[in-house]
Amino acid sequence: MQENHPAAAHALPQLPKAPTGIDGLDEITEGGLPLGRPTLICGSAGCGKTLMGIEFLVRGILDFNEPGVLMAFEETAQELAANVASLGFDLKDLQERKMLRLDHVHVDRSEIEETGEYDLEGLFIRLGHAIDSIGAKRVVLDTIEALFSGFPNQGVLRSEIRRLFHWLKDKGVTTIITAERGDGTLTRQGLEEYVSDCVILLDNRVIDQITTRRLRVVKYRGSTHGTNEYPYLITENGISVLPVTSLRLDHAVSSHIVSTGIPALDEMFGLRGYYEGSSVLITGTAGTAKTTLAAGFAEKICQDGGRCILFAFEESPAQLLRNMASIKINLQEHVTSGQLLIEASRPTLNGLEQHLVTLHRLVREFKPTAVVIDPITNLISVGNKNEVRSMLTRLIDFLKVNGITALFTALVNGHGFQQEMTDEGVSSLVDTWISVRDLEGVGERNRGLSILKSRGMAHSNQVREFVVTPHGIELLDVVLGPSGIVTGASRLTQQMQEHAEMLAAQQEADRRDREVERRRRMLEANIANLRTEFESAEEELRQISSNEQSRQQTLLSGHQRIAAANPPAPSAPSAPTAESGQ
Amino acid sequence: MDPFTDPLAPPEPAGPEYVLHLYITGATPNSTRAVRNIKDICEQYLKGRYELLIMDVFQQPALAQREDLIGVPTLIKRSPGLVRRLVGDLSDRERVLKALGINPSAGEGVRYE
Repeated sequence: MQENHPAAAHALPQLPKAPTGIDGLDEITEGGLPLGRPTLICGSAGCGKTLMGIEFLVRGILDFNEPGVLMAFEETAQELAANVASLGFDLKDLQERKMLRLDHVHVDRSEIEETGEYDLEGLFIRLGHAIDSIGAKRVVLDTIEALFSGFPNQGVLRSEIRRLFHWLKDKGVTTIITAERGDGTLTRQGLEEYVSDCVILLDNRVIDQITTRRLRVVKYRGSTHGTNEYPYLITENGISVLPVTSLRLDHAVSSHIVSTGIPALDEMFGLRGYYEGSSVLITGTAGTAKTTLAAGFAEKICQDGGRCILFAFEESPAQLLRNMASIKINLQEHVTSGQLLIEASRPTLNGLEQHLVTLHRLVREFKPTAVVIDPITNLISVGNKNEVRSMLTRLIDFLKVNGITALFTALVNGHGFQQEMTDEGVSSLVDTWISVRDLEGVGERNRGLSILKSRGMAHSNQVREFVVTPHGIELLDVVLGPSGIVTGASRLTQQMQEHAEMLAAQQEADRRDREVERRRRMLEANIANLRTEFESAEEELRQISSNEQSRQQTLLSGHQRIAAANPPAPSAPSAPTAESGQ
Repeated sequence: MDPFTDPLAPPEPAGPEYVLHLYITGATPNSTRAVRNIKDICEQYLKGRYELLIMDVFQQPALAQREDLIGVPTLIKRSPGLVRRLVGDLSDRERVLKALGINPSAGEGVRYE
């Protein structure tokens, strides 16, 4: 057994729990309510105590096949059924299927006359009968405190309630007891004294005209649990509790890359895009084309066959579509094809939590590969910094766990914005942070884009100027001026200057080429002249020599003729010949 | 008054004046006391004019929900007049009589006849 210990470390015997099936509650309670024990849910009016109880029963029946009994002290069965029908809970059907029993306990002081000693055995029998008749595993006592208004004898009541809880424990049914919040105490009648296993407190708070409901597990004997206050919502699907984060950082990661939608921006990332499932933050001052960058990304996702939800907190879908179409970001076709969903709403329409729930719901329904939120900063108008931070944490976490690439835009003030974003704690949550800003100078504003961080890949350190053209977003090549990177008109000037210089150099080169050519031609002409001169001289010389030759020839033949006419003396025939030859 | 000596005898066609249902839980002290008390009261004040039904909820648990019982023992006065519920072992005789609409100073209920 000793050697088994390390391996069995997290398989330690856990307190058996009954999952509630309520969205998020099981995560906070790490599995559900204590099985076979009573749990107290207390809260002020309008917190959804009854609803939580009913949902516990209905989910128990539908999801876990555990029949349940609801003992209602305040509302009749018909009222309850009507109230929860809007959530899709058909109590009547469940009753007919013998999975649920409703028992309305009517307590009316005026009808009750105390005439001596009594106990609440009637309640026990009713409950026992209801439990046994359908084999119930779950019981909800909705506001048992109503008994206090009907029975004046508190001593009897208290001891009987204590006995009831013991009895329920003995029966092994998982029970929820709801109770009204008291003044300074958890419950008006101090029921928390009797229910010591698990106490959940519901709270309804209005801050800055926005209501937020919160849930806190006050105690949970024998189990660890989330101790924070968790916002929860009553949605059309019942209660939804939102744990701040999925307590652990153990989501799977992808090394797949998705394009940013702008080829030149892809180039700035070592791996040509964002990691799939990562979160990207684009911060910038007003009018720095954050939305355009976001829309470009959404378009790219859809073009690549993905699905995308775009949450627009500033513009209506029609306006967004029109504006983006003007720069060749055609979102309409993706909306038509069903790949893109634009969900536009005013941030102040709902509390933060409602937004989060809407997002959760849409993500579950639409199953996107990417989510764009434009901008997250508008949500700050709804909640305070802490709330926004916690909401964003949960949001980013949720998307990451689901492997959805998330792109947020955030509006920042001109100065010290990095500090600000760090304050909101978003910067540490996102994987990639792109900053767009105004580069103001020489009488104009230009947009500059830089990557502040990109986890897990090399990225450019340059501030690139980008322009929004009728063909989309373009990142311009870096132009270096005498004092660093230049943008806008300066860039144009610089480019013009460079162009002029280049032209001049070209001209100079051309001129030199021409000079060489001219010289060459000159030389060639000279050479031709000389050659002609030489040729004529040669010709002359040749003429002279040929003349000479013919003269000599003539002379020779003359001599021969003379010799033939005057034959020489035989003694000296050769001498005159030789003389004449000289 | 003679024809109605037995309180649990089948009622007259016209029906008895008092219809009382007592719900008890087995032989618990409260239940036994309640049975004794109501019998006393009936015999003393309502002799011959009542019908008393004593039901054990342990035996018929479905009754508890039907009759909306919480505290036990419970005596339900179905007639005459408004339905009244008396919770307890009925030992507070004054209250019981008041709730049942019996005037105790009149001594024996028989006087009405």
